[in-house]
Amino acid sequence: MTYDNALAALADPTRRRVFEKLSAGPKSVGALARGLPVSRPAVSQHLRVLKDAGLVADRPEGTRRVYYIDPHGLGALRKWLDQFWGAALDAYAEEVMQAERRRR
Amino acid sequence: MNQTVMPAPVRKSVRVDAPPERAFEVFTAGIGRWWPKSHHIGASDLDAPVIEPKAGGRWYERGVDGVECEIGKVLVWEPPARLVLVWQLTADWKYDRNLVTEVEVRFIPDGAGATRVELEHRNLERYGDRADVLRGQIDSAGGWSSLLQLFAEAAAH
Repeated sequence: MTYDNALAALADPTRRRVFEKLSAGPKSVGALARGLPVSRPAVSQHLRVLKDAGLVADRPEGTRRVYYIDPHGLGALRKWLDQFWGAALDAYAEEVMQAERRRR
Repeated sequence: MNQTVMPAPVRKSVRVDAPPERAFEVFTAGIGRWWPKSHHIGASDLDAPVIEPKAGGRWYERGVDGVECEIGKVLVWEPPARLVLVWQLTADWKYDRNLVTEVEVRFIPDGAGATRVELEHRNLERYGDRADVLRGQIDSAGGWSSLLQLFAEAAAH
């Protein structure tokens, strides 16, 4: 997989809902579809995209499959840049404050 | 299904108590006074990053040994409102001329003498083929719950 896929998969609002629902624990397609305004086949389609992107995995449980979040497939790239820019902008804001103080 | 879905950019914003002219000046000419020192490309300690004040200018850092390492370029230079930089660092903090991502910074007047600084780092899909390097570099201990939080934050902006 690539992070391209992972990020792209989560850019879709319905897929993000599916993904967020899985954050509460493993679920079957039927259980996921019950809480969403989309059909079961549509949920299956979204799950396939999420699975291809490495964001979710599945396993058989009795006669059905359950889906769960793949803890190794997440967007580390975003996390890295988000943290980096967060820290950088904090330091920048602090420096603007100091610079303004020096002017007075 | 042949739909193109672009990954959402990283977006950050901060409000500073200075007019756009001075906020822009600190961001660019003053970058050596706020850029995180723990992040540097060269072998020696970071002296100061430099943003050349013109479109097409270089964006590089200078180590205390005087050696210069590229970070990227200046794409758009429109003081005091807008700056677009090209960021060409990989996740292991190496310059890669083939990696081109954009960092756009907008300086928006926000009341008397204050500025809202909005930063967007985009084209993250171009990191796609570097995922393996990335995975080795970045601790994912925060797991998916912090990721969801990031998405919530991104959506809130």
